Amino acid sequence: MIETIDLYKDFGSLRVLNGISEHIEKGEVISIIGPSGSGKSTFLRCLNLLEIPTSGSVVFEGVNLMEKGVDINLHRQKMGMVFQHFNVFPHLTVKQNITLAPVLLKKRSQQEADEYADELLARVGLSDKAEEHPRRLSGGQKQRLAIVRALAMDPEVMLFDEPTSALDPEMVGEVLAVIKTLVQGGMTCVIVTHEMGFAREVSSRVLFMDEGKVQEQGSPDELFSNPQNPRTKAFLGKVLR
Amino acid sequence: MFVNFGSNIVRALTKYWGLFLEGVGITLLLSFITVFFGTIFGSIFALMRRSRIKAVSVFAIGYVEVIRGTPLLLQLYLFYFMLPELLPFMNLSKFACVCIALVINSSAYVCEIVRAGIQAVDPGQAEAARTLGLNGRQTMLRIVMPQAIKNILPALGNEFVTVIKETSLASTFFVGDLMTAYATVRGSMYLVIEPLVIVGIIYFVLTFSLSKLISKFERRLKASD
Repeated sequence: MIETIDLYKDFGSLRVLNGISEHIEKGEVISIIGPSGSGKSTFLRCLNLLEIPTSGSVVFEGVNLMEKGVDINLHRQKMGMVFQHFNVFPHLTVKQNITLAPVLLKKRSQQEADEYADELLARVGLSDKAEEHPRRLSGGQKQRLAIVRALAMDPEVMLFDEPTSALDPEMVGEVLAVIKTLVQGGMTCVIVTHEMGFAREVSSRVLFMDEGKVQEQGSPDELFSNPQNPRTKAFLGKVLR
Repeated sequence: MFVNFGSNIVRALTKYWGLFLEGVGITLLLSFITVFFGTIFGSIFALMRRSRIKAVSVFAIGYVEVIRGTPLLLQLYLFYFMLPELLPFMNLSKFACVCIALVINSSAYVCEIVRAGIQAVDPGQAEAARTLGLNGRQTMLRIVMPQAIKNILPALGNEFVTVIKETSLASTFFVGDLMTAYATVRGSMYLVIEPLVIVGIIYFVLTFSLSKLISKFERRLKASD
């Protein structure tokens, strides 16, 4: 579904991605773990070209997104993204946050979008907040809103960029629960996360990144119980205690 | 010198209150026209500054730098004498020339206000909009601008206060504003200090009440955040 070929990304003289060639299949749930500064988030942001790779290509459903003349906006509609800092729209109500894009991009009529928003909000337990502004929501509620806002576009894949890192500990569970129901529903997900327990539980594959490269990957059991790469061992030794 | 200060003020006011009032009217009119069109052109320049076309952004940057880097009085002189030469067929009145000069000046400041207002919006907002599939224009109009307005409006109010004071320079060309009223009264009554004090108080009342209004408005905007 998504393929990266020899992906490099430099920020000035700093090489953040150092040649990544990966294949993400439909239905996979991929967790990307690794120390901070390892390029995980940059890699994820390259998948929908929020960061433009310095070289290499990103192929999504057979289309090379880097090619001239490709309408990236069209492809982004099929790649939902959830951010560490939620980025919900403060000037819109909860419901408008969800319906803005589908209506503006003519995916749904206002009425259809409203109905679908109600359904999505019910699914994540935010029905009573529909007409509120996001400032009245807790961090966990904001992130759940951000997730359904992305879902309202019926994406083929969901990209999560450290979705729980900015949350108070007591709110992490509610957000992870929502992601888990997505996974159980068969959604293709790419999740950059520091929640090792969660990565182990939901992923079909785990990538360990360090210094701009995928150093090791495998099923969660292989990677967490029996890491081969010394960097992976060192990292897991620090975070799993 | 100050023996007759009080009575002179009363005399000036009773005799020339109409002139002062008209001066207030013209000063406010000038300021309003300046800020109104300054806002329109300033916003256009702000968008031009952000343009991906190099020539467009360089032009906008150059414009802002030159206007902000030269005195308003010089710009007033320049446009006052240059515009009728450049556009003789338009038959521009001197009021129109002064207005155009003020608008050109204010646009540069408003451009910076709008730019700062847009920059103050969290970049994550635009990123979120783009990932939903909105294009750059839709993102600007539906997501960034509505939030930037909250930063821009109070600053525009302050620009209005600044412009009220700056329009006094337009009196160089006797356009009938408050300072022109002062000059007229000074000439016919042979009084310097008294009409200055009157006009000064009027300016202060105008700007002070406007500032108070703005901060009230600003507090309400903040409360709705």
